[in-house]
Amino acid sequence: MKYIDEYRDGDVVKQLKDEIVRISTKPVQFMEVCGGHTMSIQKFGIPSLLPENVQLISGPGCPVCVTSRSYIDKAIAISRRDDVIITTYGDLIRVPGSTSTLEKERAKGANIQVVYSIMDALMIAQKNRRKKVVFLGIGFETTTPASAAGILKAKVAGLFNFSVFSAHKVMPPAMAALIDEGVPIDGYIGPGHVSTITGQSIYEDIPKKYGMGVVISGFEPVDLMQSILMLVKQIEDNEPKVEIQYTRVVKPEGNIKAQQMMEEVFEPRDDWWRGLGILKDSGLKIRDEYAEHDTERIFSDVEVEPLIEPKGCICGEILKGLKKPKDCKLFGKVCNPLNPVGSCMVSSEGSCQAYYLYNR
Amino acid sequence: MCLSIPAKIEKIDGETALCSVGGSTLQAHLELISDEQLKPGDYVLVHTGFAIQKLDEQEALLTLQTFKEYYELTENPEIEI
Ligand code: SF4
Repeated sequence: MKYIDEYRDGDVVKQLKDEIVRISTKPVQFMEVCGGHTMSIQKFGIPSLLPENVQLISGPGCPVCVTSRSYIDKAIAISRRDDVIITTYGDLIRVPGSTSTLEKERAKGANIQVVYSIMDALMIAQKNRRKKVVFLGIGFETTTPASAAGILKAKVAGLFNFSVFSAHKVMPPAMAALIDEGVPIDGYIGPGHVSTITGQSIYEDIPKKYGMGVVISGFEPVDLMQSILMLVKQIEDNEPKVEIQYTRVVKPEGNIKAQQMMEEVFEPRDDWWRGLGILKDSGLKIRDEYAEHDTERIFSDVEVEPLIEPKGCICGEILKGLKKPKDCKLFGKVCNPLNPVGSCMVSSEGSCQAYYLYNR
Repeated sequence: MCLSIPAKIEKIDGETALCSVGGSTLQAHLELISDEQLKPGDYVLVHTGFAIQKLDEQEALLTLQTFKEYYELTENPEIEI
């Protein structure tokens, strides 16, 4: 397939590998922020291509993984009401809440529908005017513009039975928090699709304030190896900066139209991240102008069961890059993709699932 | 969920495009890139039903090329400065 096959060329990967080996002298540890990168890295066996002194660790860029259990619990509580249809991306359906999952609730009769796009959820709202249709809005800057477009459309179309339950988050505060916490990182492999929307300016603080490089990368083996080479080169030359490897998609200024729509509908708020706790201005809340499409305001009275966190799950440490899935005692034994204990095993972008599938 | 795929535009109909990926087809909403000049044959990156960027063919070739040139230079130390 065009734009994919040529970036899987074994010869090019081999050349990049040789070049990394040739120029790198210092022991370094790079973090891939994005869960999509974690998947590719494990799938293509990238770590086995790198010299001993170049290590990769996974970061917090899996939206399902960092979402709080209380968000799932609240979605479940809302789904139990007769007048509600929950619409969600497939990723969330098996994420464990304190005592149940959306999938279990659906088996018990709740009206929960998996959609590929928020536009499908709008269609459901149009066809079911008497029901309150709730869309579970999770994801980073890549996904948020779609939610914004959906809300804007609902407002124009007068679909007042449609709302979004926002757990949207933004990436930069988490990247800064990891460095502040002292996680040993020498450079970031920057998220390719978040940056498609935001552009590169959101990372400029990282080289400036922390003297650390960010290379915005694509998702194929050639992309990842090239990005690693660029980071190694920055370190060897002592020139930390923000660079784009994924130039066929990411423009320096990003997608301005999408940024404007996001800005129109959402405003920053402090938000909780698994592993990192509450980070300032790291979440997105629906603005007052769109209150009638904000699930939180519509269902502010819903009673949610008390929070129970799973025992033994070290997802939080893994999301910070401090531990690997294999360090978890439950990994592969009690916890596997069919029976996930924590969210890092459920999500197709979660480290635990990536390691389970490709690196057990 | 953050997966996004390069898809080829087959037909544009108002704010949506019919796209092909490998052998299958999918619909992409164009609201987020409506500033772009789009035509059938262009490739767009599709994420959760929305085209989020047009792929830049020139840059795509360049990424592969710049590396090749760089590599050829360092491979042949004679021509290194
Ligand atoms: S293996 Fe399961 S229990 Fe262990 S950290 Fe990963 S998700 Fe949590």
